[in-house]
Amino acid sequence: MNAESTPKKRKRSRYTKWGYLFISPFFIVFIVFSLIPLCSTIYYSFFQYYRQGLKIIGPTFTGMANYVKLFQADLPNYLGNTLLIWFIGFVPQIIISLLLAAWFTNQRLNLRGQGFFKTVIYMPNLIMASAFAMLFFALFSDNGPVNGSLVSLGIFSQPFRFLASIAGTRGLISFMNFLMWFGNTTILLMAAIMGVDPGLYEAAEIDGASSNQMFWRITIPLIRPIMAYVLVTSLIGGLQMFDVPQILTNGSGNPDRSATTMIMYLNNHMYSKNYGMAGAVSTVLFLICAALCFLIYFMMTNKDGAAGNKKKRGVHG
Amino acid sequence: MKKARKITATLLAVAMMTGVMATASGCQSGPAASSAAPAASQEAANSEAPAAEGKTLNIWCWNDEFQSRFNDYYPEVKEVAGDKSTTTLNDGTVVKWTINPNDNNNYQNKLDQALLSQESAAADDKIDIFLVEADYALKYVDSEYTLDVKKDIGLTDSDLSNQYQYTQDIVTDKSGALKGTTWQATPGLFAYRRSIAKAVLGTDDPAKVQESLSDWDKFNSVAAQASAKGYKMLSGYDDSYRTFSNNVSAPWVTDTTATVDANLMNWVKQTKEYAQKGYNNKTSLWDDKWQADQGPSGKVLGFFYSTWGINFTLLGNSLKTPVAEGGKEEVGNGVYGDYAVCQGPQSYYWGGTWICGAKGSDNIGTIKNVMKSLTSDSTIMKKITTDTQDYTNNKEAMEEIANSDFKSAFLGGQNHIKLFAEVAPKIDMSNAGPYDQGMNESMQKCFKDYFDGTVDLEKAKANFEKTVKEKYPEITEIKWPS
Amino acid sequence: MNNRSKSGKAGLSVTRGACYLVLAVLCFLCLFFFYMLLINSSRNTYQIQQGFSFLPGKSFVVNLKNLLKNANIPVLSGIYNSLVVSALTALLASYFSALTAYGIYAYDFRFKKAAFTVILLIMMMPTQISAVGFVNQMQAMGLRNSLIPLFLPSIASPIVFFFMKQYLDSNMPMEIVEAARIDGSGEFHTFNTIVLPIMKPAMAVQAIFTFVTAWNNFFIPALLIDKSDKKTLPILIAQLRSADFLKFDMGQVYMMVTIAIIPVIIIYLILSKYIVRGVALGGVKG
Repeated sequence: MNAESTPKKRKRSRYTKWGYLFISPFFIVFIVFSLIPLCSTIYYSFFQYYRQGLKIIGPTFTGMANYVKLFQADLPNYLGNTLLIWFIGFVPQIIISLLLAAWFTNQRLNLRGQGFFKTVIYMPNLIMASAFAMLFFALFSDNGPVNGSLVSLGIFSQPFRFLASIAGTRGLISFMNFLMWFGNTTILLMAAIMGVDPGLYEAAEIDGASSNQMFWRITIPLIRPIMAYVLVTSLIGGLQMFDVPQILTNGSGNPDRSATTMIMYLNNHMYSKNYGMAGAVSTVLFLICAALCFLIYFMMTNKDGAAGNKKKRGVHG
Repeated sequence: MKKARKITATLLAVAMMTGVMATASGCQSGPAASSAAPAASQEAANSEAPAAEGKTLNIWCWNDEFQSRFNDYYPEVKEVAGDKSTTTLNDGTVVKWTINPNDNNNYQNKLDQALLSQESAAADDKIDIFLVEADYALKYVDSEYTLDVKKDIGLTDSDLSNQYQYTQDIVTDKSGALKGTTWQATPGLFAYRRSIAKAVLGTDDPAKVQESLSDWDKFNSVAAQASAKGYKMLSGYDDSYRTFSNNVSAPWVTDTTATVDANLMNWVKQTKEYAQKGYNNKTSLWDDKWQADQGPSGKVLGFFYSTWGINFTLLGNSLKTPVAEGGKEEVGNGVYGDYAVCQGPQSYYWGGTWICGAKGSDNIGTIKNVMKSLTSDSTIMKKITTDTQDYTNNKEAMEEIANSDFKSAFLGGQNHIKLFAEVAPKIDMSNAGPYDQGMNESMQKCFKDYFDGTVDLEKAKANFEKTVKEKYPEITEIKWPS
Repeated sequence: MNNRSKSGKAGLSVTRGACYLVLAVLCFLCLFFFYMLLINSSRNTYQIQQGFSFLPGKSFVVNLKNLLKNANIPVLSGIYNSLVVSALTALLASYFSALTAYGIYAYDFRFKKAAFTVILLIMMMPTQISAVGFVNQMQAMGLRNSLIPLFLPSIASPIVFFFMKQYLDSNMPMEIVEAARIDGSGEFHTFNTIVLPIMKPAMAVQAIFTFVTAWNNFFIPALLIDKSDKKTLPILIAQLRSADFLKFDMGQVYMMVTIAIIPVIIIYLILSKYIVRGVALGGVKG
C-alpha cells in the first residue's frame, strides 16, 4: 500500500505479530456478527423452514424451491418499486446538488451565507428516518396540516389523499429521500469541484470560455468519478430503503403493494419467521450488492494509482 | 474563542447526557428500591401466596387496558412505578409489564418467540401471565404453553359460575380444559350521535332509532337519508367489518386452505357502495381522521363499538378539552352526552381479552389470586362497571346493574348495561379460529385499495392472497365464494 | 469588453438573486417540517385536528408530561437505551477502526493486502442481508433483548476503517513511531499515546457519524428487542405509528417525534462545522 514500506520490510518483520493483533478484533467481530450469519442465511435459503404458530416446520432441504417461488411471486416487482422510488428521488437530488455545488464554488457569484445554507440543507440527513416518516405521515394524512393548508388556500377543493394514491405514496417517499440526501450530495460534489486544478479554469478563461462552458467542459468531466461514486453508493443506499416506507405505510407497502421495497419484503418474511424465504430474498439482495461492491472496489483501486496526489489534497482540503 | 465554544459544546452535551441518564435510571431503580424494605414484613402477613413463589411476575400484553384494570382493582397492589413499567404487590412481588402493540401480528410474533424460549429463560424472565385476544386465542389455547385454569391454577367451577358461557367456550381446548379467563364480555352495539339522529330520523330515542336500523336494508336507506342531509352514515371502511365477520358460516382456515366467507364479500360490496356514494368518510380504523370523526367536529351518524370501545375509546375522542388538560368528563365538553347506543342491524362482538397462565411460571399462587379477583369477584366486577362503564364478565352483577337505575352520563342518561345484558348471551364464537387477526387485518388492508379506487376487485383479491401467503407460509390455497 | 462586463455584472446580480431564491425555497423545505413539528407538539389533539396554525399552542408541557407518563411509550428508558447504544457504537467504531487501520498502515504481514481487499469489498454491504442469520444467532447466544448486539458489531465498521486509513496515509509520519520504538515504547502503548492523538480529528468526525447512524438505526433493533425497558427510540416511534389501541393523542405523537429528533439537531448545530467538513473529507476518499 505504501511505497516506502518495501525497503523497510525486513526491519519491520519482527513487528508482524502486532499487525495481526491489531486487525484481529475487526476480523473476529466481522466473522462472528456478519460472516457466519450471512452464511447461515444463504444456507437456509435452500430449506423449507418456518414457524407455524408455535410449531417449527423444517428445516427440510428443498433445493431451489424458494427461489422459484420468489421469482414466480413478485420479487421483480418489489425490486422495481425500490429502484423506481430511488430513481425518482435521485434525479432531482443529483441535479439540485450539482447546481448548488456549482453555485457555492463559483468565485464570481460569491454567494454569502454559505455556512448557513450548508448547515441547513445537510440537517435532514441526520434525522431519524423513522421519526421523519412518522412526521410526514402526520403532516400528509387526510386531515393533516398540509391538506388543511392546501384546502384553505383554495389549491384543492377537498383533501388530497396522498397515502391512498400510488403516485402520492411513492412521491412522498422519494421526496423524503431527496430531502434527506441532497445536502450530503451537495457537500460531496463541492469538495470534488474544489479539488479541480484552478489552473484549468484560468486557462479556459483566457481562451474566452463562458462559465457555462467551463462547467460543462471542465468541471463535469473531471468530477465524473465522484458522481459515479455518488450514484453507486446512493443506489446501494436505495436498495436498503426500509424505515421510511415501512413507517409511512405502516408496514403494508400499500396502495397495491406499490411502496413495498426489497427490504420490506424481506421484513415481511422475517416477521412471519419464514427463514427459508427470507434467506432467499437476502441471497438475491446479497448478489446484487456484491456486484455493486465490486464496481465500487474497481472504481477506487483504479484511481488509487492514477490520482494519488489528488487524494491527498482532498484529505487536507 | 473557538476553543471556548468547543468546550461549552462538550460540557452542554455531557450535561444533557448525564441529566437524562440520571432521570432514566432514577425512574427505573425508584420503585424497586422503595419496595425492598416493606417486602419482608408483608410476606409473613400474606397467607394466600405459597412460600416458593417467584419474586417477579411477568405479564405480557398489547395495550394498557388490563394494566390499568390491574393497577386500579387488584386488591394486592401496593405501589405503581412512576412510568407504570412495574407494579409492586403487597407481598413484595414485582409485576413487570411487557407491552408490544398488536398490529400486524406483532404481539403474537413476539409472544411466540418468548414462549418458545420459555424453558431456557431464567426464572425471573419467564412469562407468568399473558393476555390473548379472541382473534387468536385458540392458537394458544390449543398449545401446551397455557396452564389449565382449573387443574393447574386451581380455580373452581363455583368461582367461574357467574361468567358468560361464551367467554369460557372460546378458551376451552379440544380436550375440554379451560385455558384462560376474562373480566369482560364484549357484545357490540351501534353508538350514534343523538343530535345527528334527530336531524336525520327526527328522534334520538334508542328504541326508535333501533327500529329504523334493525336490518341492513333499513340501515342502507338511513345511510342515504343521512347523506342527503350532509352527514355520513359511517366513518370508515372497516367500521361495519365486525358485524359481517362475526356472522360467517365457518372458521377462516381448515388445514392449508383459507376460505373467504360469502358474508365478508357482502361487507366488500356494501363498503364499496358506501364509498362510491359518499356514505362514509373513507377512513380506516384507528387512524386520526377516524378518531376525529368521533369528536366534536365529526359529522358521522354512528360507530360500531363493543363494550370497551365506548368507555375506552369513544369517550376519550368525544371531548374537546382532553382530561389531561384539565377538561372534565361532563356534558358541555365536546360531544360528551350526545351519544347513545342501540343494537344495530346484526349482533356481533368485538375484541375481548383473556388472561392465560404461562407454563413454566413460578407464580401460580399469584396467578390464581389475580384471576380470582379480577374475573370472578362480583364486588370488584361491579365496581369496574360502575366506575368505568366497561361491561364485565359477571352475569349476576350485570343483571343487577341492568335492572337498577344506573345511568351513563356520557350516553345522555341511557342505561347501556341493560342493552349489553340483552345481547351478551347471544354471542357465538364457534367460528373463531387462530388465524382471525392476521386474516381480518389483511382483508381490511388489501380491500382498502379497492374502496379507494386504486385497484379493481380482482387485484385486491390477488393482493390479499399474496399477503396471506407471506404471513402464513403454511396456507397454500385461498378459496373465494362463487 | 467593457460593455460585456457591465452586462455581465447586471446578469450576475440577476443570477445571484435566482440562486438565493432557490436556496431560500430549499431551506424552507428543510426547515418548515421542523417548524410544523414544534408547533404541533405544543397543541392538543383537538387543536391539531382543526388544522395547522403558525402560532404555538399551550399544551407543550402537558404533552410532554402525558408522554412521560405513558406506560406504553417508555420514553426515558428509550432515550437512555439509544444513548448507551449510540455512544458505545461511536466509541467502539472509531477506536477499533483506528486500531485496524493502523495495523494495516504500520505493519507488514503476509495477509495485509488480502485483509485490505476484503474490507474494501465488504465496505458497502448492507447489514440487512445477513439479518436472518444474525437474529437466529443472537437468539442462540442468548443476546435477544440485549443491547450488546446493537453496538458490539460496530467494532468491524469497514467505512470508518477506510476513512481512518485514508487519514493515516496522509497525516501519519512513521518516523515518530520509529522514534518511540527506540525509546522503548511498546507497540500498543505507542498506538494509544502517540498515534491516537494524531488521529483525533478523524476519530471525532467518524464518532459523530456513527453516533447518528446508531441513534437512527431501526431495522435490526426492531427485530431483536421486544422488552419495553430495552427499546430504543426508533422502535418507540414505529410503535406510535401502529399503536392502534391508545386514545390516539396526536399531541403525544408530535412530542415523541420532537424528542427523537431535537437532541440530534442540537448536537448538530453545535458541531455543524466539523460535520460538514467531515462529509467533504469522506467524499473525496474515492
